[in-house]
Order: sequence, then structure tokens, then C-alpha cells
Amino acid sequence: MKLELRKISIKDLKLGSEMKLQDGVLTIDPQAVIDELMEDVNVKNVKVDIARPGEKTRIIPVKDVIEPRVKIEGPGNGFAGVTADMEQLGSGKVNVLDGAAVVTIGDIVGFQEGVIDMWGEGARWTPFSTTYNIVVDIEPVEGLDPHTHERTVRLAGLRAAQVIGEAGRDGEPDKIEVYELGNIFEETAKYPDLPKVVYVEMLISQGLLHDGYVYGVNSQQFLPTLIHPNEELDGAVISGNCVAACDKITTYQHQNNSTILDLYAQHGKTINFLGVVLTPELTTLAGKFRTCDYTAKLCKGLGAEGVIVSEEGYGNPDSDLLMICKRLEDSGIKTVLITDECSGWGGDSQPLADTTPEAVAVVSTGNVSHVVNLPPADKVLGNDRAIATLAGGWEGCLEEDGTIKCELNAVIGSTSEIGYHYLSVEEY
Amino acid sequence: MKYKVLYYVNQFFGQVGGEEKAGVKPEFVRKMVGPAMGFNGLLEDKAEVVGTLICGDNYFNENKQEALDYILGVIKEEAPDIVVAGPAFNAGRYGMACAGLANAVIDELGIPVVSGMYMENPGLEECRAKAYVVETGDSAGGMREALPKMAALTLKLLSGQELGKPEEDGYLAQGRRLTIFVEKRGSQRAVDMLLARFRGEEFKTELPMPVFDKVAPAPAIKDLSKATIALVTSGGMVPLGNPDRIQSASAQKWGRYDIDKNVALMGDYCTIHGGFDPVYANEIPDRVAPLDILRDYEKEGKIGGVYKYFYTTTGTGTSVANAVKFGQEIGKELKDAGVDGVILTST
Amino acid sequence: MVKEIERYGIPIVHMATITTISVSVGANRIVPTIAIPYPVGDPSLGEAAEHDLREKLVRRALEGLVTEVEEVTLF
Repeated sequence: MKLELRKISIKDLKLGSEMKLQDGVLTIDPQAVIDELMEDVNVKNVKVDIARPGEKTRIIPVKDVIEPRVKIEGPGNGFAGVTADMEQLGSGKVNVLDGAAVVTIGDIVGFQEGVIDMWGEGARWTPFSTTYNIVVDIEPVEGLDPHTHERTVRLAGLRAAQVIGEAGRDGEPDKIEVYELGNIFEETAKYPDLPKVVYVEMLISQGLLHDGYVYGVNSQQFLPTLIHPNEELDGAVISGNCVAACDKITTYQHQNNSTILDLYAQHGKTINFLGVVLTPELTTLAGKFRTCDYTAKLCKGLGAEGVIVSEEGYGNPDSDLLMICKRLEDSGIKTVLITDECSGWGGDSQPLADTTPEAVAVVSTGNVSHVVNLPPADKVLGNDRAIATLAGGWEGCLEEDGTIKCELNAVIGSTSEIGYHYLSVEEY
Repeated sequence: MKYKVLYYVNQFFGQVGGEEKAGVKPEFVRKMVGPAMGFNGLLEDKAEVVGTLICGDNYFNENKQEALDYILGVIKEEAPDIVVAGPAFNAGRYGMACAGLANAVIDELGIPVVSGMYMENPGLEECRAKAYVVETGDSAGGMREALPKMAALTLKLLSGQELGKPEEDGYLAQGRRLTIFVEKRGSQRAVDMLLARFRGEEFKTELPMPVFDKVAPAPAIKDLSKATIALVTSGGMVPLGNPDRIQSASAQKWGRYDIDKNVALMGDYCTIHGGFDPVYANEIPDRVAPLDILRDYEKEGKIGGVYKYFYTTTGTGTSVANAVKFGQEIGKELKDAGVDGVILTST
Repeated sequence: MVKEIERYGIPIVHMATITTISVSVGANRIVPTIAIPYPVGDPSLGEAAEHDLREKLVRRALEGLVTEVEEVTLF
């Protein structure tokens, strides 16, 4: 499978009367986005705004972040099985509006959303302060049940990214990245001496605002499954969740999954990267046992000698993470885990909800309860009063002048457990 | 002006005597005794040892309160800028005394304490969260190495500079897990760690597995039909409107609500828990905290009664330290109220 | 929380779905429950069946409270 990501660097972003990409400057026609999204009868109102890196702008409450792209060659333009016809993703040529992102905002059930600050202190904590953000505020019609409401907002964001991605159809790429991986027999024949590595990506699968989707299938509904890394890079996996904002995997992060990219970079050099196993994190104990057994079985069946497991969320999924680790290590597979931790405001509490002696190699991507102070913004896109009701905020954490004191919990992507950001934890 | 250091040693290093003198009461002398002397010589004229407290190890451990009363009295009087204890090496009772003193001095007087101990000294776990402890050898032979490290740490603390990483400034980690920025993103670090494992190279986990302590099971209820049962949940069930504004994740508090008149939670309660799909719990809150069934059992006389208050908080992302605090506070109320048994539900 | 309440000498039963966590952190009396979003219920059942299920789970919890245990025990 061969996928070409043709990256057109976005150097500026503005609003205008037509959708256009010229010399790296992306112009957004808000009406074009609004018209597209209003096609959905469940959408009542759409607002489109922009936020550039460095501007004193706060975006809140963020639902998802999506990279705008257009496939110019090969099957499956858009999110197959979700907003586009079902196609086999993972091959062809894709024009990527590199450095641009669609950010969806709007209330769903009153909590579980995130904040992005485009400048200063807050900008350090989120990877989405450095993207040129097209902020889409989606207001659905009244009376929708929460699950339909969530679905409406989720699909609207993906469709907005598709409409905007079209602007790059004729663009000239600044760089072309090629991702190619044959079947495991071919790759193993090419690199017989390199250790075989599988990436296990856990997906939260726990109901409203807590589900991931693969080709539109809710991750609650499948057994752990093998997927070609290109499929994920091509938009097969999308976020339907908010979990806590800090460690939810946004759709953008699936499209640019850093663990996949870093494993790809070593493929053929130091490792033989076999593929990705997507593993649901379920809400029943039997479900957890089943998925953990199944995940380990897939890794063993593929002949993996090493596995990286990334978690999504915290709390009960810590148990899945460690059960998978135990099963892999017990079968002699060297396992590295990526997780964040809940060590309390002072960092002096137990970092995980569960424990197992087999977990000897763990990357920590930060303490979700680390408290940050975010100075007042000049401009708020969305509603900054939402901070009081989102995970990581509390009543009174928004001061009158607009300063926010909150946990990293509330900051989108800050403690990304696919290792997308640059935080760690050190014991003092 | 020089900073004032007060030094603590046991009977042996205080040159009172060996094991036969381990029962001596604490005594304060306004001069440098034993290691205090060598330590003072390392303070570069920036600080000086103003006196030495000497106490028998057995006396301290068997009469802790009396020993501390005297010791804290002296320290209050002398008002040093810092207290230095030991090094205790692998001497358990000496280490426990240094730790007991350190915790009391830090908690009650707010004065920092530096000590030195061998990794396996039981005193280390007692005080490492608060005191600055230098790692030493297991016997007094390590004195020559320990004192300069303790002195350097003391001087840095006195200078008011923020301490760096444990390995940089030579103290044992106090167990505070702080979030930091690093050069490589998490996924790169994971790949590097895996490669190190393949090559058989050394690697360092960024998250050593937590250790949870155990509690002995409480005795069972003898007669259920006379027992008052309390209902507690970490499922974020609160009266509609969340009057106490309990957090949806990483809870900082718990709530107590009068359920004396409720036959069930349904109708009056909802969940604010941010960690799961709330639709089902909001439909029937008793799916999370089964008050309805407990009321049935109460009516049938199977249980004596349901305690009049219902306790609730949010479990998701809540630190164990907070959970411990909530448990202590709620447990105390339940104990004082004479509750006989507790059902705690988690989501 | 479970352990801290138990420290006061009050018997406590933990009704939890992910009992692996409950065991790891050190609860002594545990009743395995249905699912995280509805530990003592099941929306897929009818009203009567769900009530019956909940009653059985609570009965097990009470059984746990009247049973002497030496170590972690699932009821």
C-alpha cells in the first residue's frame, strides 16, 4: 500500500469571498462552509471564524480538530464510510493543507470539551496553537437527543474539513511524503534481521462522547482489529469523543498519528513495522478481558517481537493498558507503553488507577492534573464560561478579567497519549 | 551574617556512648559535636553550626512525644535557618529518629531539614516526601562522602535558590511528579525506549508502577436486620443542578445529601461524572447508586435502615491523594454516626 | 476511598465493574457489576428484569458485608 501525502505549507489564513489557496495563503469563504453544513437538517446555525498562531485568541469549548485535505488520485476522497462513500483507504495521492486545521466548537452535554489558546502561556501546552485554525461553531436544532446531537457536530466538522480541503486540489506541494508498506511477508523478506514491531492503538469505546470510529464503525462494536498504518493516515480513524480534552485523540492526530510516523521513520532501518492493531477500551470486565486477550493474540500471531501500546483516556482504561502489557510481556514481547497520569495537583499521588510489575517501560506524557494559569484573551471564540463545566475546570476557575486557572485536563492535546506533544513527568 | 544551622545526632555520633547509652534523653549543647564539626568546615563561611542536639536512639523511638517536645522547644528557641540530622547510614533506629524529627520540624516549625541515609534505611520512606535526604553508604565509613553532599545541599537550600532535579542537587526524589517539557515528543521517546530494549541497552521508565497499600478487612456485620447501611458513590451522582458544584473530573470535593425522604434517587439526581456516557445514569440514577433496592430491603426488614445521608464524588481523574482525603473525611462522619456498613459503587 | 473508610473499622463493599482495579488498589469485599455507565443496572433489560438484576447485585453486596473475610474476596 502506497500513500503520498503532498504537503502544501499554509503560511497565512484569512476570510474572503471565495475559497482559495494561493502562495500558501488560505482564504476561507465562510458562506461556502455554512452552506455545506446547513445541508444537514439537524444543523440550525453555523458560524465560521479564524484564529492564527500568536493571536490573543482563546477557542473554547473545542470538540474536535481535523486536518483539511483532498485526495487527488486514488480511491476515497474524504472520510470513507462517514462523510464519503465506503472505499479502501490508504493509497493514492493526497493534497494536505499542512498547517491548517478545522476546529469545531459548541456545547453538547455541558462538559468534556477543551481549550486552545493561540498565544503565550496557553499556547505552549497545546499542539493546536501552531496551526492556522478555521473555527466552526455548530448549533444544532433544538430537541435532538444527545447521541444525535454529538453525531451532528462530529459529521459537520468532517464535512467542513472536506470542503476546505478542496481549496488545495490544484496546489503545488512544498514536500511530498511517501508511506509504503508491503504485506508482512514481503517486508520480512526485505528486512529479515530487523525486529518485528506492532503498534497497538487503544481507542476509548464507552458511549456518548467516548467513542472512536473506524470507517464509521463505532469502536464499541468490533474486536481488536489489524489495520494498515496508511489507512489511519488517510482518514480511516476518526474521533467521536472528548474524553478529557488533554488526551483524546482528535481526528487530526489520527491523520497524523505521531507513533505511526515515528515507527515508519525507523522501518527498514532499525525495525520492521508490521502494522497497527486498533483496540477498543470497553466498559465491562468481560469486554476488557476479551479485547486484551485478543490484542495479545493478534500481536503474537503476527510474530511481533516488540509492541508500543498507546492509551486513550485514563482511569478504567489504565487497566486495559496494563492487562495488554502483562499478556505481551508474559509471551516474551518487549512492550513500551505510552500513557499520561493523574498524580494530583501536587504531583504527589499515585499516577495510575491500576498497577502491574510487567510494565517496566513506560513513557509518561504528563500529569493531567497539572494546573496552568491562562491569561485573559483579547478574543474568545465560543464561550469561555464553558470552562467551569469541562473536565479540568471548576466553578470559579474563570476570573472576572478572563484569566483561567485549570488543569491540563482541559487543554486539547496537552498530554496526548499517542505521544503527539512534548510533555513528560519527572520525579522531584 | 551567617546562616544558622542546628545539628542532630544520636548518642553514638554525639560521643555519649554506644548501645548502652541508647536510652539517654535529648540534650542540647551549644557546640559542634561529632559530624557537626566536619560539616561546619564545609559551609564556606556562609553558615555555621550553632549547636548540637544529642538523643539516644531508643529514647527517641520509645518516648517520641517527650523527645520531640524537648527538641522542638530547643529549635524554636534557637531559631536556626535549617536543621541537619545524621547521616544515619543504615542504622534503622537512628534513621527513624532523624525522620521523626524531620517531619515534626518541617510540619510544626516550617524549617527545612537535611539528612543522609542509606537507601534501605526505614527512616527514608518515613520522611523523604518532606525532608531533603542525601543517599549515603550503609555504614559510618561513608561519612567522608556524605558530609560534602549534605553541606552542598544545605548551602543551596539556604541560598534560596530553587532546587534542581534530584540527581543534579544530590537528594533523593521526594515523590512529587512534576510535568515538564522535553525535547522529544512522546512517540519518539517510546520508539527510542523500544529500540533500547531490542539492543539490550539501559533504559529508564518514565513512570515506575504505583504501589498501593493494604488495609485489614473490617469485621463483618453481625445482625443485618439492625444494621444502618450507608450508600456512597464515586459515580458523580448529585442533586439536580449540582448545588455544591462538584467537578466532573479530578474532583476536589465530595457532597453529602439528605436522602431520608427519597425512596429512590430517580427524579431528583443526575450525574456530573465526565468519564462515561451519562445517558443511562441520568435516566435511572439508581443504576449507579441503588437506593431503590436498599429502601425495599429496609421495608422488608432485611436491613435496619439506610443512613440518612448519601455521599458522592467523581472518580474520574481524581487523584488517589484526594480520594484518600475524601475517604478519611467521609469515613469519620460515618464512624461518628455509628453506621454499621457501607456500600460504595464506582463507575 | 474504600480503604480509608475501612480503616475506621466499618465493613465496606465495593461494587465495581472493573474489579481488576478494585483488587489492585486493595478493596477487601468486592461485588462485580455490569458496566461502567450503569454498574447496577442494564438498560437493555425490561423494567422488571432490570429491577431484579439490581436487587440481586445489592443482595450480594449485603452478603459481602455479613461475611468475615481474611483477604480480597469477590461476592
